[in-house]
Amino acid sequence: MKQKSHITFMLNAEQVEVAFAPHKTLLEVLREDLNLTGTKHGCELGECGTCAVLVDGRSILSCLMLGLDAEGRSVKTIEGMATGAELHPLQQTFADTGAAQCGYCSPGFLLVAEELLAKNPKPSRPEIQEALSGNLCRCTGYIKIYEAVELAAARMRGEEAELPRESVYGLE
Amino acid sequence: MSRNRREENDSAAPLNVIGKPFRKVDARAKCVGQTKFADDIVLPRMLSCKILRSHLPHALIKNIDTTKALALPGVLAVITGKDLPIPYGILPVSQDEHALCIDKVRFIGDPVAAVAAVDEDVAFDAMNLIEVEYEPLPTISTIEEAVLIDEPRIHDYGDSGNVHKKVSLEFGDVEEGFSEADLIREDVFFYEGNTHLPMEQHSAVAHFDSDEKITLWSSTQTPHYVHRALAKVLGLAASHIRVIATPNGGGFGGKSDPFNHEVIVCKLAMLTGRPVKVTLTREEVFYCHRGRHPVLMKIKTGVKNDGAITGMHFQTYLDGGAYGSYGVASTFYTGALQTVTYDVPRYKFQGLRAFTNKPPCGPKRGHGTPQPRYGLEVHIDKIAEQLKLDPAAMRRQHLVAPNTTTANYLRIGSMGLGACIDKVVEGSDWKNRFSDWDRDNRKLPFGKGIGIACSSYICGAGLPIYWNNMPQSGVQLRLDRQGGVCVMCGSTDIGQGSDSILAYIVAEILGIDPFDVRVVTADTDLTPVDLGSYSSRVTLMTGNAAIQAAERARELLVIAVAEKLEVPVENVSLAERRVFDVENPERGVSFAEAVVLAESKFGTIGTVGSYSPPRSPGKFKGSGVGPSPAYSYSAAVAEIDVDPDTGIVVVERVWIAHDIGKSINPMLVMGQVEGSVYMGLGEILMEEMVYRSNRNVVHKFPSMLEYKSPTTMEMCDVKTYLIEDPDPNGPFGAKEVGQGPLLPIPPAVANAVYDAVGVRIDEVPITPEKVLKALREKEKGRVGRYGPDSVPTVDWPDPLRILTPSEGGDGREMPHVAVHS
Repeated sequence: MKQKSHITFMLNAEQVEVAFAPHKTLLEVLREDLNLTGTKHGCELGECGTCAVLVDGRSILSCLMLGLDAEGRSVKTIEGMATGAELHPLQQTFADTGAAQCGYCSPGFLLVAEELLAKNPKPSRPEIQEALSGNLCRCTGYIKIYEAVELAAARMRGEEAELPRESVYGLE
Repeated sequence: MSRNRREENDSAAPLNVIGKPFRKVDARAKCVGQTKFADDIVLPRMLSCKILRSHLPHALIKNIDTTKALALPGVLAVITGKDLPIPYGILPVSQDEHALCIDKVRFIGDPVAAVAAVDEDVAFDAMNLIEVEYEPLPTISTIEEAVLIDEPRIHDYGDSGNVHKKVSLEFGDVEEGFSEADLIREDVFFYEGNTHLPMEQHSAVAHFDSDEKITLWSSTQTPHYVHRALAKVLGLAASHIRVIATPNGGGFGGKSDPFNHEVIVCKLAMLTGRPVKVTLTREEVFYCHRGRHPVLMKIKTGVKNDGAITGMHFQTYLDGGAYGSYGVASTFYTGALQTVTYDVPRYKFQGLRAFTNKPPCGPKRGHGTPQPRYGLEVHIDKIAEQLKLDPAAMRRQHLVAPNTTTANYLRIGSMGLGACIDKVVEGSDWKNRFSDWDRDNRKLPFGKGIGIACSSYICGAGLPIYWNNMPQSGVQLRLDRQGGVCVMCGSTDIGQGSDSILAYIVAEILGIDPFDVRVVTADTDLTPVDLGSYSSRVTLMTGNAAIQAAERARELLVIAVAEKLEVPVENVSLAERRVFDVENPERGVSFAEAVVLAESKFGTIGTVGSYSPPRSPGKFKGSGVGPSPAYSYSAAVAEIDVDPDTGIVVVERVWIAHDIGKSINPMLVMGQVEGSVYMGLGEILMEEMVYRSNRNVVHKFPSMLEYKSPTTMEMCDVKTYLIEDPDPNGPFGAKEVGQGPLLPIPPAVANAVYDAVGVRIDEVPITPEKVLKALREKEKGRVGRYGPDSVPTVDWPDPLRILTPSEGGDGREMPHVAVHS
């Protein structure tokens, strides 16, 4: 039988311990050993950003990190982004504005966007593009994603904001 | 009172849901990680499946030895082609696939054997222990080779040798058209193949229960067709098979065929009595493919001096890859929609699909039409230059009229292309920026350019894939006495929002909130058949079916409430979760009470609705491809920057106007337009499926790292206009938006490149290397062009000749004797 490794780490603000084959990536440990399937896989080689999670507040590609390296760290996945039943402002705007079409890349985008807004509460459009440039989306053309990030950022700054009319109905 | 189309009635009543930017009914689950995609499904005792694929592009299978694999601890089953001998395929005319190859492999990636084991690692190890003895065969790697080389044949069916299909149709006398022309122009173009690249890899889970019923969860766009294929290949009664399409993590046409891995996991589940899952690797997704056909095109058009077309002869040559897939339909589609934008009074189409030893091509967003649309729109641009006409104005002047029938018998309803052109011309300040073909007095600096293109797409196909007289879409509605409303439909949400469209339409008609509606879709046990998420058919067809089902339920509620309130039924209205007397709105009952009244009077409340498209006026062989209940229209202007030193093309902005008929939800329409622009941008600038022809036809880069697609850094700014010209065949007047807006992007960018630096790139994608080569040719005084010069010589069959409607034709082909007499 295979020798499993056994580690302890903080996952979505709760301490977990888990045993798994030592060659497994954090992505595999999250999905297969901890049943958190909200983290997705897209390319298997660190290109698409779909598997992004936050480790100690920094976005990393969980397909490129060994599960073993999570020992003692703090990991946040999409399942830990809401506060209780209250969605994170980014989750609300992604859902409400059409930033999630098929939704497969959304968890990765949401966590990377959360990291961005934690560092930069008022990012410009080019700063958002730069921050999200490691995440691929095939559905949206990214535009509704930028708009959702901008809207959430404004609301997190306490502003009362809505999408511009032209983003919803097109130009006159 | 049953009313299929809402548009003309209730026009006075304000719409409470339709046209409003509600969030999608499934959006929140997707943003919190709750949505279960196929690979997220885990069942007790589930096995993992791996599929051994051919590493040779064309070979006979001499022997397969599975002994070592079966002996590996943890392996429960190994199967090969002899376990699944029945062929299948999406089209009745191309039943040419086996779940596992039996005697021959036809491309690198063709499945040969499959393993079920306790986990993925063991399955992988076992797969590598399977020994296959091959006898390599010569390969066919290009259209030209397929046309020239008859032996060995990749398939033992098809029109000849390695030619899968030849099509030849002539509507009116095209030579007569050319004789009336002031200018005749011929061009040759090539559109390289590319793939869907959905973020989610295909995945499927099969469960065979003790009552000998099988359930398959799969990321498929077409659960109904998978259901039919499974029944055929597994030899089970269809009633014992249940297919559930999980939410698709992107489809774009790439999950529209029944796939070998779906059949394989079912067979393995039946053999082992345990659930079996397969999730393809990204590399395998490239081999599944069924993406954009590479198409070589030759276009000959006659025009008057004002740009009016007198006749067009369009030839297409498709590289189909190793199997039929949707290819026969794709071939017809490369010739079908040229006639629905600008008036083409006489039209001849010849199309050829070749078999090659590459992953099979099929439908990708726009199915068979982006390639000819690119060729046509660049060709039109060149004609405009020769005639010294403004290419926007020339297009605008010769549009097909609404409510007419084209030369090839496509019935046009609403037609908003003129309004689309006006919007993008105005928005882009076209008149002050386009060069007017005057290179010496440019309005933009050298290297900056602007280009325009238009397009059209179907809103669902007129005919189903297999011939039958049943509806293409069915909706069932159940109202329960607590006021719950459940809408059931076979449609599949692939991210485009089809689940939400059902909820919005039902909510609008029943006067409730869309989030009150429970949507159950894409489950062959629970939902009425809808043919699937392809051909941009879902909003129009499920929408009309949902309207019918909801109207029927509404009628029952109205009768019951009218009786209770003692008012005429005409006075009863539904809104804001109430059913009330319009003359005394405070007199009424809650929606839930209305259901109780109706259930008390009529029994359990359930209604159905269905939709069949109108019959096409075309009756000739081949007339099944092209007809649609409605056509959407798009126009786009691209503004670009070309660096003449590097050849790098940067698309800075796109103005796009889309004739949507009526937006069921404008925010979702905007998202589809922007996503289409994005995907068109990827196709014109970078995406390509390329193979090493001289090195065993191996795919150059079956990975996301090397297959380049646009990131946030390449995506352009998009200025969108929605044109609302309701179509009488659309639900509330709605037309499609999922595919059409992709079509004008590649040619608009190609035309802008010419405007910017004066070279024509007649081959997609427009890579920096091609731009530089064309610029160098131009510097040397030669033609500044990159692209193919000729097409293969083909022995075309005599065309089917059909008189056009304006010639008094009845949509039938003329007898051959009459033609030759």
